[in-house]
Amino acid sequence: MSNTDRFSLSMRLFHWGMAALVLSMVAAGLLMVTSLQTWQLTLLNIHKAFGVVAILLVTARLINRLQHKLPALPDELADWQKTVAKASHWLLYILLFAMPVSGYLMQYFAGRPVDVFGWFRLPAALQVDIYNYALFRELHGWLALALIGMIALHIGAALHHHFIRKDNVLKSML
Amino acid sequence: MKALYLTLLLAPAFSFSAEGPPRVSAQQFVDLQQGNTDFPGFRRAHAKGICVSGEFRANGQLADYSKASLFKTGATPFTGRLSIAGNNPTAPDLKAPVRSMALSFASSRTEQWRLAMNTPPVMAVADPHTFYQQIQAIQAGPAAVKQFFAAHPESSEFLTWAGQYQATGSFAAETYYSINAFYLVNADGKQQAVRWAMQPTVSVAATDLTAPDALQQEIAARIAADQVVFDWVFTLADATDDENNPTKAWPDSRQQIIAGQLVLTGTTPQLEGDCHAINFDPLVLPDGIKATADPILRARSAAYAESYRRRAKEQLQGALEGSNNE
Ligand code: HEM
Ligand code: HEM
Repeated sequence: MSNTDRFSLSMRLFHWGMAALVLSMVAAGLLMVTSLQTWQLTLLNIHKAFGVVAILLVTARLINRLQHKLPALPDELADWQKTVAKASHWLLYILLFAMPVSGYLMQYFAGRPVDVFGWFRLPAALQVDIYNYALFRELHGWLALALIGMIALHIGAALHHHFIRKDNVLKSML
Repeated sequence: MKALYLTLLLAPAFSFSAEGPPRVSAQQFVDLQQGNTDFPGFRRAHAKGICVSGEFRANGQLADYSKASLFKTGATPFTGRLSIAGNNPTAPDLKAPVRSMALSFASSRTEQWRLAMNTPPVMAVADPHTFYQQIQAIQAGPAAVKQFFAAHPESSEFLTWAGQYQATGSFAAETYYSINAFYLVNADGKQQAVRWAMQPTVSVAATDLTAPDALQQEIAARIAADQVVFDWVFTLADATDDENNPTKAWPDSRQQIIAGQLVLTGTTPQLEGDCHAINFDPLVLPDGIKATADPILRARSAAYAESYRRRAKEQLQGALEGSNNE
């Protein structure tokens, strides 16, 4: 395969690394908001700390992406399909930023410093702002739903390319 | 071999279902607490309260046990709240079986500490799912409560306390307990399990108070006249004490340390003060204090977050607009 038939190694590593991280974040988020078990606090702290890792990773990933040439989408795709594919990818990037940012701001306005693996803490407001807390808490929840929906579409599209169109799109990320 | 695998696989599942009450979620718990009447914008528990302000004056006695900056000799201001248990923000003060004190220390942008304390020194039960059943029994009436306690011998210390507890005539004269234990962590990383209490420095008889807001009026007048002081007393566990069981008090012979004095200097109706916006989740801890694995303590974060989320959303939607504390 020539270079641009496939995503670069760094892009593939970012893609699958973040896929694993983000799916775990979603699962952890959904579990910890309902659970009263003793591990809830541990999971909550892990969720916040890895959420901070996620924003660093997505930033690095975006910089990396802008420096690489991407494989072209298959010629058989109509223009509108290409546009939808590209737009959905940018929407995913936006959500990957918006999730951790809304998560952190929710904690900031609730006056809860975020502890990152015991190494350091991110600052929180000295005076709680319940309106902004409510705003970012609800946003974090709605964006999570949007993210889950986008991930489902994304996986569906990848499988559609592979099994129905039988093109190279899924393979280019493997 | 196959059978062995199966037993190994299934054993935990069976032992799970065999012991203990059905598991409830944070949402189910808060639904039960809020009951059938809605008070949008208010806490689902301890809904009625009054904001207090003041400072903690540390004497340095606890600084060797915890590196939290609060315990170094000196003063740290707080935003607090005195409340009664229950979901109704207009309930009569004197009918509530439990009185409470909550504190928030915002020592710095990275170090904050929230405390929520009650008048009983111990819980009746040791886990949130059984606690759920206890609340169901309380809501069902005296016969159900009697039956519940009969089925739960772990409630004996709580019942002994309840039998001799005399409510006082003032928030200023109650003792407020952490109930759950925490670890103090010092600069060398050494851990010490502790419980604490805010001990009053005045006594006030349960006199002829009758007004629905009697306790709030009393404390507002008292603080307007003079500061109200509590001693912050820590009890240090010994190796034989179980820090994860909130139904058992530790023996009186355990070492106690007074870390300093909590001085209350102001009151404000809750909807006009800073305390209403705060979620007094006791698992917001500074460096130098850690949570134990007590199942009751560990259940509090998710439940408080659910209550906070509901009331914050209602407030964002305008639930409290134009209302004062009446
Ligand atoms: C890729 C990043 C992230 C993802 C995918 C994610 C996902 C989620 C999900 C699915 C939930 C449950 C939503 C709900 O019930 O409405 C949740 C809750 C939560 N997230 Fe995140 N999150 C991320 C980053 C963060 C960060 C960086 C923080 C804070 C520093 C954070 C703090 C929280 C908190 C505190 C809750 C629970 C709030 C509560 O109990 O009320 N999250 N998250
Ligand atoms: C599993 C056990 C418990 C659950 C599920 C629970 C639940 C709650 C909830 C949902 C709130 C309202 C939070 C808000 O909206 O801000 C609350 C408030 C409060 N709880 Fe608990 N609680 C538990 C145990 C305890 C214990 C053991 C204590 C005392 C040591 C305690 C003391 C308080 C106090 C003082 C408040 C009022 C705080 C304030 O003024 O805002 N709770 N609780």
